[in-house]
Parts: sequence; structure tokens; C-alpha cells
Amino acid sequence: MKPLLNSLPETVFTTKVDDILNWGRASSQWYMLFGLACCAIELMQTGGPRADLDRFGAVPRATPRQSDLMIVAGTLTYKMAKRTKLLYDQMPDPKYVISMGSCSNCGGLFQLAYSVCKGVDKIIPVDVYVPGCPPRPEALTEGLLRIQDKMMHERWLVKTAQPAGDTAVA
Amino acid sequence: MDAKDIYARLERQFPGKVRDFKGEVKEPYLTVEAPSIVDVCRFLRDDADLQFKVLSDLTALDWPKEEKLQAVYHLFSYTENHQIVLKVDLPRDNPKVATVEGVWKVANWLEREVYDLFGVIFEGHSDLRRIMLPEDWVGYPLRKDYVEQEEYDGISTQRAPLVEKLLR
Amino acid sequence: MNETAPAQTGLYTEEMTISVGPQHPSTHGVLRFVVKTDGEVINEAIPDVGYLHRSIEKIGEKVTWHGYVPYTDRADYLAAMFANQGFCLAAEKLSGIEVTRRGEFCRVIACELNRIASHLISVGTFGQDIGAMTPFVHALRERETINNLMEEICGARLTYNYIRIGGVGYDILPETRTRIAEFLDHFGPIVDEFNRLLSGNKIFIERLAGVAVISKEDALSYNLVGPNLRGSGIKWDIRRDIPYSIYPELDFEVPIGSAQVGKLGDSYDRYWVRIIEMQESVKILRQCLKMMPKGPAIAKVPRKFKPPAGECYARVEAPRGDMGFYVVADGSEYPYRVRIRTGSYTAMSIIDKLSKGIMIADLIALIGSLDVDAPEIDR
Repeated sequence: MKPLLNSLPETVFTTKVDDILNWGRASSQWYMLFGLACCAIELMQTGGPRADLDRFGAVPRATPRQSDLMIVAGTLTYKMAKRTKLLYDQMPDPKYVISMGSCSNCGGLFQLAYSVCKGVDKIIPVDVYVPGCPPRPEALTEGLLRIQDKMMHERWLVKTAQPAGDTAVA
Repeated sequence: MDAKDIYARLERQFPGKVRDFKGEVKEPYLTVEAPSIVDVCRFLRDDADLQFKVLSDLTALDWPKEEKLQAVYHLFSYTENHQIVLKVDLPRDNPKVATVEGVWKVANWLEREVYDLFGVIFEGHSDLRRIMLPEDWVGYPLRKDYVEQEEYDGISTQRAPLVEKLLR
Repeated sequence: MNETAPAQTGLYTEEMTISVGPQHPSTHGVLRFVVKTDGEVINEAIPDVGYLHRSIEKIGEKVTWHGYVPYTDRADYLAAMFANQGFCLAAEKLSGIEVTRRGEFCRVIACELNRIASHLISVGTFGQDIGAMTPFVHALRERETINNLMEEICGARLTYNYIRIGGVGYDILPETRTRIAEFLDHFGPIVDEFNRLLSGNKIFIERLAGVAVISKEDALSYNLVGPNLRGSGIKWDIRRDIPYSIYPELDFEVPIGSAQVGKLGDSYDRYWVRIIEMQESVKILRQCLKMMPKGPAIAKVPRKFKPPAGECYARVEAPRGDMGFYVVADGSEYPYRVRIRTGSYTAMSIIDKLSKGIMIADLIALIGSLDVDAPEIDR
């Protein structure tokens, strides 16, 4: 049998290793189901039939050990904060965090509450903040696409590469 | 049955232990002395005409000006379709009352919540510990004089407004 | 710790303590169970709640009466309209405001649409917990249409802030009413589709028949409400027995459990009550669309709402049971105390008793059939 490459013309293309690795990673972000409150319902609807997240390659995983994206959807209370840090530590590198909704961005409308942690970035570093109460499925999809952009600009072969998931400014 | 008739039955059965019936308000209520709350509740549940088989709600109110906490019991009956509200006055510095867990089993969880948020101690409860807040929380939040802590477990409770953060 | 002596096989066994939650793939929210099992059979399952305690009751003392309505949305986000209505009923009872007739009809239309949406999630996630992945996606697809209708009515998909003190926030336009009628025509056969996929499914029936039976005395003593109470055979519905709004003029049935495939009060009965309630809601909606009068949608309520001092208890029939709002006013423009009593909180207290001797998979079926959800428990 002839080798495959010679039989099909124009199948050899050149690219950078960084690009091909990043393209593979960005097209298959597996997110951990971390729905805490109302935003969890909109997260489910975003993964549902109309605004489909599966077409971007994002499938929900139940366990942090198999996921590389954590979508914190909902209000974070102090009782839950320790467990959130534990789950974040259990995710393997490279990992990213989307903070979905007002409650996990800054406490939301529960800033008057005594038992609510005012923002999930007091506990774990966040990459993308998606505002809304709850955000529309289109807004969450935009957040996912921003993470894809962030992934495409990372460099892996250089020894001084930045670790993934550090606190983004603006 | 009318709320007035329910109060009349209770007064006949427990003279001196129930008082202060208010019938003209939207939710008629009466005050019960703290030591006899369990007997009153058991009578209300088992009596053939009253049949208060359901404890709809058990909560508390805080009146700092009168130095008291009030435990409020909402009782309801499906068969007779009537309701009554019982209130128990407790001193603010030592709020203790007997548990009605033996009368309605739902009181187990309702009393735990009142203990957690108000600090009312229910004597005889099988498992009185905090339910909503973490085990090591200090203070009873729903009281009127509760002051929020500076930080919990290393996490600060305040957040700087966004404008200041951006200008820095 | 329970140690069974080296038995017939000569093996040494011990009781195992597992923590189910607080992060787990079931969609009932952040709940945790500390489960002590002997192999697959549970000895004790202790619920641990409070991971979503957002202190909604304390916030009631810090915001005004009108400003509290968005917070009631979050007290149960799957049935946000009912929570809005409960609080507004309590405030209206205290101050004697009368809701306009068109406002009442708008309220009932919004509430019954929300009931269908909530039961869809309940039935869909129940199937998913048992293992049937397909009906969940069908439920989400139907819910998308309802979300679109809600967006036309009030502007939001999940947390509505629609039912205000004195009426509703916005009027329902004629185009929306046409679209609601089209949705109702489309939805009738969908319930039959659910019955074909789930209710008549042999595996589903065998998983649920006779599991976690709740007797009538237990249902009363543990104060179960809503479909949990009706599944045990007690015919009690706030819309029928302590009527509010325009429900006395509407014609609908109240379904109760009837031991269809197992014992009276098992998990299948509670699930079946929810399916029938969806069909009854469709009936109510058709009647409302026909009978809707003209007029203003909201009564005149002062901007600084100051009801006279007093207290009031208002009940509404939410999808998860009777939600009670105990509101104490002291004459100022902030409430003195707001207390929300929900059906899921008291349903959690029975899990400890029911879970002795069942298997871990049955515990998941039990939690799904009771339809608890975390914001109602923790508030």
C-alpha cells in the first residue's frame, strides 16, 4: 500500500507547534459542573438544545480531575469557599476559571448579606468575568470564546511561559 | 372554629397559662407561658375538635426595646381548615424553651434554624447544632444587634468599590 | 463504628462514611449528605445544608418593600413568580390594597407558565438522576419556548421581578397572548411524549415503585406540602382550599397519588402528580386567555410604601408546595421581619428517616422525587 501522504495531494501544511497545540486545547474545553445557584440553570440551558455549547467542543464533566475549565455559576458563601478552593486545586494544569454572573463577580445583589463571599476572586484566580443576573446564554458563549482567544495566545515551548490562569487585569 | 372559640377552649383547659388574645388583627394570636408550651401543643394536636395536626412554621422575632425574643408557632389543621398563632415571650439574655419535637416531628429542623439564627435554646432537643451557618460561626445573625465580623477563615468580608480599584 | 464480626465468608467488614456533595452532577443545587453505608445499603444519611445560605431574610430588614421583590425571586429561582406573588400578597393584605382584575389575570398566566417550566425541570432532572438522559434535553427545549414567552412578558428569562405590589409590572400584549395559545397547542402532545419516554418505561417503573413510601401520618407530622403531600393521598391544594387571586373562578382538578404502580405514597406517585399538574396548568391557561378583561394592570401604590404596623401570613401554592410569607411591619418603609417558609426545607427533614435500609441509588431517586432544591432550603 502506498504511503498515505503521497496519494492525497496538498495535505501537508506547516504551522507552529504552539498554534496547533493551542487550537487543539481551545476546541475541546471540558468544563466542570460547578453550578451553585440561579446561574446554574442558565448554564444548563446554554448546554441545552438552543444555545449549544457542545458545538465548541465543551462538554460537562462531573469531576474536577477530568476538566480544564471551571465555570463558577452562582453565589459563593463562606461555607462553600473552602470546598471551592479544594476543587480548584484538584483540577490539573492548565486550568481556567470563568466567573459567571454578578454574584461570583463581586457578590452581586447579596452584598448586604453576612454569609456571602463578595466575589469568587477572593478565593481563586479568575480569567474571564461574565456579567449578568443571570447572563444570557449568548453572554456565556462569548465568555467561552474569550477563553479560546486567551488560549490561542499562550506559548508552551519557551521556558519562561506564563502559567495558565493567573489573575487577569481588566 | 373561630379563633375566639379556640382561645376559650384553651383557657378552660389551661387556666392562667394562656393570655393576651388578640382577635381583631389579621392573624389572631395568643401568648403562652414558656413552661407549658408542650402541653398546650399536645392538647391542640390531639383534641377531637381542634385537630391541629400540622405545624406550619416555627420562627422567632427580636424586640430589643422590650428586651425579649418571641418564639412564634403557626399551627394549621387540614381537616377543620382553621389556624392559630402561639407566641412565647423569652428573656433576651437567656432564651430557653422546651422543644415540641415530640408533638410534631418537623420541629426538629425548624428549631435548629431558630437556634442557629437567633440563639434560642430548645431544651430536650435531640440534636441542637447549627444548620445554615458553618459550625465555627460566632454570633446570631438575625438579632437586631448583630455586628458583622471583619473576616471569616482568612477571607475579608469587605470589597472595595470598583471605581477605586481602577483608579489605583 | 459498626463492625460486623468475621461472618460466613471470613471477611472483616466495616461501615463506610461517604460524603455525597456539595458538588455533584445532580442539579438540585449544593446539598451534602454524609452517608454511612454497609456496602451498598445505607445505615444513615444525614443531610448537611447551608451551602447556599444567602441571608435573604436579614436583607428584608435593610431594603424597602418595593425593593425586596427581586430578592424573593432568588428564594426559589425555578418558581420565581410564586415567591414574588407571596410577598406581594402579604404586603397587600397588610395595607388593604386591592389588585386590579386584569392584574390578577396577568399574575395567574405568568404563574401557571412558571409552574409548567418548574415541573419540566423537575421531571427532566429526575429522569437524568435515574439514568435517562434523553427526556432532560426535551424538557430543556420546551423550557426555551417558555423562557422566550417570559422574556416577552417581563424582560427576563429566569429572575423576573414581574409581580409587584398592587398588580404586575408590565401588561401582557395581544401578540404575546397569541404566542401563548400556540405554545399551549404545541405542548399538549409533548406531555404524551414524556409519558412514552419515561412514565411507561419499565426500567423507570421498577426503579421507583415502592421506593421511599411516605404514609399519611408521616406526611402530616413532617409537614410535607405540595406534590409530596398529594402523592401520599391527601387532597390539599392552597388554590382550592384557601383560595387567593382568581382561582375560585377557574375550573381545574387537583391530582392525588393513587398507588398506580406500587404502594400509595411512593416515588412514582409523587412524580405522576407533577405530570398531571402540568396538564392542569395548560387547562387553567386556556381559561385565563379566554376570560381576560380590559383595564389597568397595576393599582395605584405610593412610591414610599408604608403599611400600618401589624403582621400577616400569606400562602401561595408554588410548584414545590405551599410557600408561606410571614411579614411583620412596624409602620416604616422597611419591613421589620420577613420569614419565608418553603416546602423543600421541611422535606429535607424526612430524608434521614426514609433512608434507613435503602441503597445509595435509591437515595438519589428519593431526593429527586421529593423535588428539593437548594435555594428553597437555605434561602
